[in-house]
Amino acid sequence: MQVLKQSERHRVRFTLNGERVEGLAEPRMLLTDFIRHEIGATGTHVGCEHGICGACTIRVNGKAVRACLMLAVQAEGKEIETVEGLAAKDGTLSALQAAFHRNFALQCGYCTPGFLMSLVDYLEKNPNPTEADIRIALSGNLCRCTGYAEIVNAALEAAREIQALSASK
Amino acid sequence: MKPANFDYARCERVESALDLLAEHGDDARIIAGGQSLMAMLNMRLVRPSIVVDIASLDELAYVKEAAGYVEFGATVTQAAAEAWPALRKRVPLVAAALPHIGHFQTRNRGTICGSLCHADPSSELPLCLATLGGDVVLRSRRKKRVVGALDFQIGLLSTAKQPDEMMVAARYPAARSGWGYAFREISRRHGDFAIVALAAVVGDGKIRLGVGGVDDKPAVHEWDDMDDDSLADALNDFAWDLGGGDDIHATARYRREMVRRLGKKVIGEARQCRS
Amino acid sequence: MLYKNMQSTDSEAGVAQRPRQNYVGQRVLRVENPPLLRGHGLFIDDMPVKAGTLHAAILRSPHAHAEILSIDVTDAISLPGVRAVVTGQDVAAMTDPLIVGFATPMRYHGIAVDRVRYVGEPVAIVCASDRYLAEDALDHIRVEYRPLPAVVDPIAAAASDAPILHPAVGSNVVSYREFRHGETDKAFAEAKRRSEIVITYPRNSITPIEGYAVVAEHLLDSGGYDVISNFQGPFSLHPVMARALRIPGNRLRHRSPPNSGGSFGSKLALFPYIVILCIASRLAGRPVKWIEDRLEHLAAASAAPNRVTRIEAAYDDDGIVSALRLKHWDDHGAYLRAPMPAPIYRMHGLSTNAYGIKHVDVFNHILVTNKCPTGAVRGFGGPQLYFAVERMMHTIAGELKLDPLELIRRNLIPAGSFPYRAPAGALIDSGDYQRLIDETVSGGGLDELRQRRDTARRQGKLYGIGFAVVVEPSQSNMGYISTLKTGIERERSGQKDGAVAAATVSMDPLGTVSVVADSVPQGQGHQTALAQIVADQLGVKIEDVVVNLEIDTQKDGWSIAAGNYSCRFAPAVASATHLAAVRLREKLARIAASSLNVPPDNVEFADRKVFARDNAENWLSLHRVAGQAHWSPASLPDGMAPALRESVTWSAPELTPTSARDEINTSLAYGFGFDFCGIEIARETGEIRIDKYVTSHDCGTILNPGLADGQIHGSFAAAIGASLYEEFSYGEDGSFLSGTFADYLVATAAEMPKLDILHPVQSPSPFTRLGAKGIAEGNQYSTPVCLANAVADALGRGDITVPLKPAKILEWISGDEAKSRSVAAKASPKGSSINGEGLAYVAGDPQTVWSALLNENGLRAAIPGCERLERVGENAFKATVTLGVGPVKGSFKADIGLSDLDEPRSAVLKGVLSGLLGTASGTGLLTLVPQNGGCRIDYRYEIHLSGQAAMVGGRMVNAAARRLINEFFLRFAASLGEVNRAGTSLPSWRARIKSLFGAQQ
Repeated sequence: MQVLKQSERHRVRFTLNGERVEGLAEPRMLLTDFIRHEIGATGTHVGCEHGICGACTIRVNGKAVRACLMLAVQAEGKEIETVEGLAAKDGTLSALQAAFHRNFALQCGYCTPGFLMSLVDYLEKNPNPTEADIRIALSGNLCRCTGYAEIVNAALEAAREIQALSASK
Repeated sequence: MKPANFDYARCERVESALDLLAEHGDDARIIAGGQSLMAMLNMRLVRPSIVVDIASLDELAYVKEAAGYVEFGATVTQAAAEAWPALRKRVPLVAAALPHIGHFQTRNRGTICGSLCHADPSSELPLCLATLGGDVVLRSRRKKRVVGALDFQIGLLSTAKQPDEMMVAARYPAARSGWGYAFREISRRHGDFAIVALAAVVGDGKIRLGVGGVDDKPAVHEWDDMDDDSLADALNDFAWDLGGGDDIHATARYRREMVRRLGKKVIGEARQCRS
Repeated sequence: MLYKNMQSTDSEAGVAQRPRQNYVGQRVLRVENPPLLRGHGLFIDDMPVKAGTLHAAILRSPHAHAEILSIDVTDAISLPGVRAVVTGQDVAAMTDPLIVGFATPMRYHGIAVDRVRYVGEPVAIVCASDRYLAEDALDHIRVEYRPLPAVVDPIAAAASDAPILHPAVGSNVVSYREFRHGETDKAFAEAKRRSEIVITYPRNSITPIEGYAVVAEHLLDSGGYDVISNFQGPFSLHPVMARALRIPGNRLRHRSPPNSGGSFGSKLALFPYIVILCIASRLAGRPVKWIEDRLEHLAAASAAPNRVTRIEAAYDDDGIVSALRLKHWDDHGAYLRAPMPAPIYRMHGLSTNAYGIKHVDVFNHILVTNKCPTGAVRGFGGPQLYFAVERMMHTIAGELKLDPLELIRRNLIPAGSFPYRAPAGALIDSGDYQRLIDETVSGGGLDELRQRRDTARRQGKLYGIGFAVVVEPSQSNMGYISTLKTGIERERSGQKDGAVAAATVSMDPLGTVSVVADSVPQGQGHQTALAQIVADQLGVKIEDVVVNLEIDTQKDGWSIAAGNYSCRFAPAVASATHLAAVRLREKLARIAASSLNVPPDNVEFADRKVFARDNAENWLSLHRVAGQAHWSPASLPDGMAPALRESVTWSAPELTPTSARDEINTSLAYGFGFDFCGIEIARETGEIRIDKYVTSHDCGTILNPGLADGQIHGSFAAAIGASLYEEFSYGEDGSFLSGTFADYLVATAAEMPKLDILHPVQSPSPFTRLGAKGIAEGNQYSTPVCLANAVADALGRGDITVPLKPAKILEWISGDEAKSRSVAAKASPKGSSINGEGLAYVAGDPQTVWSALLNENGLRAAIPGCERLERVGENAFKATVTLGVGPVKGSFKADIGLSDLDEPRSAVLKGVLSGLLGTASGTGLLTLVPQNGGCRIDYRYEIHLSGQAAMVGGRMVNAAARRLINEFFLRFAASLGEVNRAGTSLPSWRARIKSLFGAQQ
């Protein structure tokens, strides 16, 4: 077993939104800083660095987690998804993103990537949520602009749309 | 708000983690889910010289039914425990408590054993373990030992785990037929640390109530089953015995009131759901 | 009112397919969204920086009040990657103090110079090659402090014996003014009835999810600075910064990034950081980037002033209020920084709210205390003022046994009397308060809510209904802050008034449009609204308009009023942009008129075309007209300037200076809001459930209902936070206790109740070009007091304070706590000062114990984690100790002294500890009592904790401190041979301690 020494930069490789990426990180480097400043995917934002605001929510191996509560070196070999991976390659917004757009579910947009990543994960596992479910599912993401009402509406609308889409397939 | 320097080791085997603990002792911190540790590292409240990552120890990612208890390996996340199909039937108290722990995103990484090791006085999982009278399994290069919950958590963020030991599993006693289990907590917001958390077990002519968030660690009291008036007195005594303290979220009195009021409710609920 | 999204061909642009589009007033989808949704937003920390840019970390004071005796940066500067360490002395030598709106000897440099005055105050800046290394270096800066007594309560701070924060000022009341509008004393003397209440309003902020961010570069060649930051304005602070930096204004180039992650007023107060980071860059010789982290933001960014108000009302038997008297104690924390104390003066003209009250006196105490300095917070003085006024109206209704809404109605400014001049000077432009209330009562279902209350009460529930009305000012008069000066002082310093807005609308040769305006939005959708306005004027589609609001002070038009604050956008920026678009349209019409062969007045714009009004077949494409202006100046009508660019600066004449009688029209437009709500309080837990909440707004013309309702929802959520959850808590000693998002509680989706929004009346402002007024702040004003009034109604109680924490409410509704027959009540530890008492039994007579106490070896053995201890004077010691609980441990330097010696009976033991986890100072009174041949030590102690551990460990830090004290006495007793209560020596103290404190021994 290898001990990665402090004050040295170690190679970290993982899959980011389906593409292999790599960079160098000291053991203590947070995954947020690595994704943003080493890889350059700045869509994931940093809001509190103690796991409460949810702005940095990403998916690691298909599960929504706080990127500020992970070390970059812990991402080695993982499959990571961030907000940049949500839209189609041609830029077409996903059903969830489009619902956010239609519903005025973002204002400054700083917390939005975290909400989107939480909801992508939640709706995948809970395709038919009630409003109360959505509110509890979102209780780990802080937004100070919208008052959440339109975010909750967007989430419910997206859930219905995703359901209808998968039913028609 | 960035961690101080440390070395990092990703362990593929339990033994390598134990070797590192033996070598570094108190200067090493185990990270499994890291949902408490990472925040403390970021705030530099904790400054280990080495972080020993056991998250990829698949050998400890198990939930196992054994005689009279359910054993959760050290890398079982809270989300994995929630998803274990037999949870509600086998350890209903844990099933009731889990949704109160943080948020689904933190439960996706946070582990059962990590929460026990962190020993936050308001935490749900240590409270359940203490109330049920469960055990934890500690391993070091020297030995493996099983420690009862009440002996394990000895105070604020403090446990009986020796610096060279690692918790490899937690054993939650399985639900007994004819017994009732209930959990309640009051917090300011959904997912916050409990102001007061209560776990009740009723069965075999006994009432057992565990209270978190009031003392430095979960406090458990057991009584013979009794009528409502006597129970009110007993809860009042228990509340005063615990005392509680003020913080910015609630007063000591509020904590005592919740022991009395919600204690009565949660015991009632446990009585109701005796199976 | 229902709005539909505008149908769109392009789902992102949300463009209407209509021949004569009219974007204004429609729910046009936001043009800002697509990049933000894809993760392509560009917030400062997303932007590239120059190679070699350094990263700053800031050392902050753990003390609420202390002298800085010395700062030693030698070790820090020698660490790898560290390029510079900048102290307050460095900054003070290279800058002038940041000035405020009146002459005061208070000196504020944005960083502590020789004294710290609040927990979190910057003390030194490390510039290093990355943030991790910069934070490492903070640990190696050694600061020697001499703690001073702190004061946190505004009333206490005003007392003559209070610790003085700024000796040069000589008082903590840094400004005091009395205002008399009308004949208030006479009205009170003549009134049949009078009421008086005292309200307190707490400290809060809206804590944007993106914190402050600055990249500053010193330009050696010009001597100036190039800064990019998420500063929001007002740009009246630009000259403040330039003067502090001792440079000409044009040498301070400030640029705004494309995106800013929320502000809610907060990002006004980052300007001191711009100054200190400019100096850091100059000293480091490199650009310096600083990204504020959450702990820094909560402790030290900004907060709304907390306030105590004594409000008196004079009224008659019908509840008609003739006069108000308001005495405010407005607490601004450790320093006044510009534009403070603006909030109290911004609301001055509106001291009588929506009421036709004729007389009002206002007494303003502006105070400093040992807390974080204040700044703008959405609502800006309104929540504090209206909490007092609307609680008073509710109180009067209670006195007269009138329905509060009836009392409100009787006192409203009559419909038809607008523009209405309020006694303190507000010129309220338009409105119909009665009609809005009537329609809200019916549309919002008040009757049904009253029935619900009756039913709930019959069932024994604690149910209450609350009301609030508020006048919502927008676009500030830049002269209002001068109201704090006397008329003579105002004359001396020159008149101030108005509020300039600037916008430029250009059309390129292809007929597409660019807009630049002096707003610095943080998510409000200003690009969308301006695109709507301009597209309507020029007959283009919304995607033909690009709005760039990244102000560059060297290139763009701006004035001191520029920025995004006090609902400036809808009245001011929208007006200036509208005017610029109208002028461009007029020019295009003149150019097109000759080709179309119609008078310019008959030229219409739609669908990227210009038409003859009466003949739609007679048209030109817009790009052809635009091309002519660019390609052929000679063909343009005589005297017309070439190309297509209209720049407008605009200020409303209604924004007049403060009158000689101190009347001030603080704002240009005044909206109106009316809220009612029903709440139920759980008897068991004291928790509040909001059963129904209705908010109704008249903000004049609504530019985009999607944006407007977004502002209402957002403001409501922040106000729910302020009402129920959020508070910056301080201990009596000034320690800061809400240092994390687990302590400063922001409402989440799970906490938010349903909100019914109504817009039953639109009274366009006659003073703004589109009739639009602000809408973003109304619920900051109305919601806290509406909820407080509902709680008052539910409980029949007068004294209601926010945030409405369940613990507080439970005490209001419960009688005395049940005692226990068998368990003695313990004194519960209170607040941030940790008090306690205990006793220890020790072998040996008091004389022996006494000697041990005064002896190095005795103390060394007793102090937990003691690594070194040496005597430094008579009964004075210095020690190094490692203390903590569980994995949270830190090394501390300790100064220990014994005083008030009464050998061998009692002594006072004092200790001051400081380390990376914070500071602790404790005092213990020890009494030695002979008992059973041994000695009993009675001890009482008080400890104050401050700094990191107190900030972030609120739930646990008190218990940890108590544990360590008890451990001290256990160890002390053990070192002497502890005895149990019966007087028998215990065999092993180790076993005892082990059982108590675990395996750490």
